[in-house]
Amino acid sequence: MDLSSINPVLLLASLMVAATPILLAAIGELVVEKAGVLNLGVEGMMITGAICGFAVAVESGSPALGFLGAALGSALLSLVFAFLTQVLMSNQVATGLALTLFGLGISSLMGQGYVGIKPPGTPDLDLPVLSDLPVLGPILFSHDLVVYLSLGLVAGVWYGLNRTRAGLILRAVGENHDAAHALGYRVTLIRTAAIAFGGACAGLGGAYLSLVRVPQWTDGMTAGAGWIALAIVVFASWKAGRVLLGAYLFGGIAVLQLNLQAAGARVPVELLSMSPYLVTIAVLVIMSADRSRAALNAPAALGRSFHAAR
Amino acid sequence: MIRLEPRREPSRVWAAATPVLAVLATMVAGGLLFAMLGKDPVLAIRTIFWDPLFHPQFASYSRPQLLVKAGPLILIAVGLALGFRAGVWNIGAEGQYIIGALSGAAVALALYPADLFVLFPLMVIAGALGGFLWAMIPAILKTRFNTNEILVSLLLVYVAEQMLASAALGLLRNPDGGGFPGSRNLRDYPAAHNAEIFAGTGMHWGVAAAFIAVIFAHVLLTRHITGYHIRLTGQSPRAARFAGVNPARLVILCLGISGALAGMAGLFEVAGPAGQISIDFNVGYGFTAIIVAFLGRLHPVGILLAGLLMALTYIGGELGQLMLGLPAAAIQAFQGMLLFFLLAGDVLTNYRLRFGRTEAV
Repeated sequence: MDLSSINPVLLLASLMVAATPILLAAIGELVVEKAGVLNLGVEGMMITGAICGFAVAVESGSPALGFLGAALGSALLSLVFAFLTQVLMSNQVATGLALTLFGLGISSLMGQGYVGIKPPGTPDLDLPVLSDLPVLGPILFSHDLVVYLSLGLVAGVWYGLNRTRAGLILRAVGENHDAAHALGYRVTLIRTAAIAFGGACAGLGGAYLSLVRVPQWTDGMTAGAGWIALAIVVFASWKAGRVLLGAYLFGGIAVLQLNLQAAGARVPVELLSMSPYLVTIAVLVIMSADRSRAALNAPAALGRSFHAAR
Repeated sequence: MIRLEPRREPSRVWAAATPVLAVLATMVAGGLLFAMLGKDPVLAIRTIFWDPLFHPQFASYSRPQLLVKAGPLILIAVGLALGFRAGVWNIGAEGQYIIGALSGAAVALALYPADLFVLFPLMVIAGALGGFLWAMIPAILKTRFNTNEILVSLLLVYVAEQMLASAALGLLRNPDGGGFPGSRNLRDYPAAHNAEIFAGTGMHWGVAAAFIAVIFAHVLLTRHITGYHIRLTGQSPRAARFAGVNPARLVILCLGISGALAGMAGLFEVAGPAGQISIDFNVGYGFTAIIVAFLGRLHPVGILLAGLLMALTYIGGELGQLMLGLPAAAIQAFQGMLLFFLLAGDVLTNYRLRFGRTEAV
């Protein structure tokens, strides 16, 4: 094995790219869960976003329109989940699974004409001074716009949840929907909005995979990224800052194992490929082992249906 | 103005009617989907639901396939339903299925070319054990560390897929296969082959095991204290704890049974219809079985019927690909839609529709 072939600067730079899809999906799911809804359909929404974004970008030639289409498409799909769980009060776990199964099917159906096509490139930013800085330039300041959008989104979600009245109401709905309802807040409406936001974020994450990270369309290309995003929300104990940490940690492992594969490490390729999933499980175990801490931040009404008595 | 009023008890009539309505609604929505793809919707629906059973030319081939496809679906779904009833969500049956197939096939290949009549039973035990142990990972993490079993069992599917790839390319590769990936074909290995019990019916040992599992689960749920505990925990975890139910034991039990059954299903498949360990011998039965479990109302007899129906959509989908050029993915979307309609219909089981104005209170 030739470890010297791994360039630490490039490694850190690609870490941010590898982490972005999961970061986007996880920050969206964080808002959904803070509103008291458990949407297990992240994988399905991501893959739908991946194909919607890919198709729109290829047809229009514009990656920006592609990302927009991905966000809209996945938000639309998430509204199916919202209708079932909020209006018809179906079981959230089962409905989330249905969303994933349906998303995998419909995306594969939509993607038939798009296999083997190259999408239009998403340009990297070229900031006048910052991008030319040694070491820091390539790591931090020469990515595409979506990477910075995802970071801005994390900051925005943190600010929105913790520093604004709307965030307080959203958290109240997630902690105790009956009390929030009694105070006159529209629980169903607020939750539906949160679900749509989560869907749009998952869609952006999926489109980032198909338009930038891979970049092409293959069936089932998210390969569990949505589930890892769900795990990262638990890892983060429902805090926006920690979602960032979790996603970058995961991105680091994903990039490192790819680099080790390329460098011809004397470890079986399969073991390296399964490492991101194994690490995610290990991290979940560590976070949930301490019961008092895990329960402290979990929204109290997570996964429970709300039905207004009157 | 339509209002929903909670029922005191879930309606038995609607619980039974919902799956039928969901299938009908899926036929309509699926027909629209096929029409959007430029296919004749009526012909497409007929090809999927009618032709596999009654087409003069194809039915003789596709009727036995019904049992071949329904067998693993029913076997897995029966186990999953026990857990779903108790609020234990094993959604990694696909992984347990793969590991079961690997362990069972490994026993057969390690003893190649044995001519022992105990070989096949040994393989079944190894398959069940493999699936059981794989399911014990989320079970023990759940009971010891309170880790979410949904995420762990699902993430382990991806780990199992990597192990399958590794086995097909390395450990279990056919030494006489000229370097091609994939194991020896177990169909050419009489002692290990899961042959049809009655030739031409599609009835192999896995299908027999599925029927036994249905009976076993039905007896367990209606006649045994453990079955009562499972139902009680699902309906009211708090009441169950007061009644002395040990939740950790129930998690181990539900994940263990469903893992063992999924592992057995994998072994029966790899030793019979699939024939060999190859990188992609698994076709997602572990995930479709989730739909089967819900469509069957988490009830063993319902699952039997739902498994047959879902098998029909698989075969009909293949026929549709052949005859109408329907894309394979359309069937997957179709099955997902079915689950949506089913879950949507459940509102009628738990709530009563009230028309008219809400009176001011």
